[in-house]
Amino acid sequence: MNDMVIEAENLTKVYRMGEVDVQALCGVSMQVKRGEAIAIMGPSGSGKSTLMNILGCLDRPTGGSYMLDGEKVSGLNDDQLASIRNRKIGFVFQSFNLLQRTSALANVELPLSYSSQGNDGYKRAEEALKAVGLEKRMKHRPAELSGGEQQRVAIARALVNDPAILMADEPTGNLDSKAGQEIMNILLSLNRERNTTLIIITHDPKIGEQTQRIIHIQDGSIEANPL
Amino acid sequence: MKIRRLLIQTFASLGSNKLRTGLTVLGIVIGVAAVIAMLSIGQGAQNSITSSINSIGSNILFVSAGSGARFFGGGGANANRNIKSLTMSDVQALMNSFQAPAIQSVAPVLQGNTSVSANGQKTNTTVFGVTPIYASMRNEQVAEGSFFNDQQVNIHARVAVVGPDLATTLFGRTTNLTGQTIRINGQSFTIIGVLQSKGGTSIGSSDNQVIIPLTTARDRVLRRTGNTVDTIYVQAVNAQSVSEASAQISDIMRLRHKVQVGQEDFTVFSQQDILQTATNITGILTIFLGGIAAISLLVGGIGIMNIMLVSVAERTREIGLRKAVGARNRDILLQFLIESSFLSLMGGLIGILLGWLISLIIKSIASASGTALNPAVSWNAVLLATLFSAAVGLFFGIYPARRAARLEPVEALRYE
Repeated sequence: MNDMVIEAENLTKVYRMGEVDVQALCGVSMQVKRGEAIAIMGPSGSGKSTLMNILGCLDRPTGGSYMLDGEKVSGLNDDQLASIRNRKIGFVFQSFNLLQRTSALANVELPLSYSSQGNDGYKRAEEALKAVGLEKRMKHRPAELSGGEQQRVAIARALVNDPAILMADEPTGNLDSKAGQEIMNILLSLNRERNTTLIIITHDPKIGEQTQRIIHIQDGSIEANPL
Repeated sequence: MKIRRLLIQTFASLGSNKLRTGLTVLGIVIGVAAVIAMLSIGQGAQNSITSSINSIGSNILFVSAGSGARFFGGGGANANRNIKSLTMSDVQALMNSFQAPAIQSVAPVLQGNTSVSANGQKTNTTVFGVTPIYASMRNEQVAEGSFFNDQQVNIHARVAVVGPDLATTLFGRTTNLTGQTIRINGQSFTIIGVLQSKGGTSIGSSDNQVIIPLTTARDRVLRRTGNTVDTIYVQAVNAQSVSEASAQISDIMRLRHKVQVGQEDFTVFSQQDILQTATNITGILTIFLGGIAAISLLVGGIGIMNIMLVSVAERTREIGLRKAVGARNRDILLQFLIESSFLSLMGGLIGILLGWLISLIIKSIASASGTALNPAVSWNAVLLATLFSAAVGLFFGIYPARRAARLEPVEALRYE
């Protein structure tokens, strides 16, 4: 079995802004092994968000090829991409992106409602919340939780479909340093215990250095890639 | 995605802004209620007109003097200027069962409005001068006393049969009236019978009438010269022979009045003709009313579209998130379509109840003011309103839902 979760070959992305083409990625090639924890770092405007969107199947590259967990992703249609996101990728966003109207448990169940799996959703959502230490707050709404707790709900939501990759976009950006460190600890321990590949996008070196490998990106290209 | 989950989601999102949801639903409620109420009024009008016409009797034809064009005020080129009145000889001729086998019975009628007084009360009403056959033809039953007989007609008896409404107006009661004296156009008559109520305001057969012998009416009340009659009522043998009877009447009358086809100085029309015309008119009325009401339903639908567009804009990030965790375009489409359909369906159900209530209120107002309008909410109208409101929800929900479904996940997640 292929032990590479991500194999990207010469990815490019061009945005059209009116009359001008903006090259956001110019030929990025990278590989990530199963169970690895890496950080993608770079200043704002460097193309790291674009790279994450493409790696997370939220967006398509203009050129290049991308294999995710052994599946060829470039060239899939919207629905196929949605299915890949549902099965293989768990997202954690800077601003949590929880549904305010519903309980923590219902938020965690959300990805299950778009998957074709069996009827044990409630149980799996409960387990995911236990894994992030929120078993006592399952019935609370996001507004009744602290920032750190909300981000833990978001991590539980990312975990619930047991994805191959956990993709976190500035996961500590909206948190104080203590809560941020807690979130990092949870992410890193999930990476160790479940062998879930972890990709963190950040501009904070203190976060980056806790991972096994840092990919620096600048002006749409990878600067240093010490494998 | 499971239906149960979808419904829970729908409740949650609609419940999160109850005032807005309520106002949106209200637009549909008013539209559907208006449609239901209008259709029920139209149906009620049709029902009461139909029953009025049926209460005239069954398989009845009317023969009156004057051409149809004259009758309807047209006075065209073929209007006969030399109109012969209908006479008792015409009546006799129509009774000939060899020449007119499709005719069962013939009743000459004199009719006019006149003053009636009794018991110190005075009113105006319609007087019918008829022969006894009229009673069975028009299906008039007496609640008390009896109808007059042929002999009483022959001797120009001053006897009267009164309608229940007239009795109530004059005497304040409808029973124990036989033997009472009533003055019709100044002449005193003895009441020998009270008619059973037929209910409703009927065409020419109101409960508010007085019936006297033809002969007495001619020389004492309505004062017609010679042996003329105003109208001849003809009853066909059965429903199938009505048109046959109509043709036979025309043949006999043309012969007697010496007129060509197209130059008739008389008019024959049947109950079915009246019914047909009335049904057409009320049908047009119903469509007209329903059409106006449907416009308000359309406005309600635009309200739904407006609110769904606002909702899609407000929840752009939520849509982005749902797509990020694996929602396909059609999942999002379905979610918003279900919301808009739910809004309109709820509006439809409440609207049906409200429309039904309105029709009940109209019914009680109508009966309080003595109008026999009985609005009837038909299952057809309910079905139509339900389907139409669901269709409105779908139609006006599709654009916002497609807009939501087509959002790019990256753009949607970045939306502030």
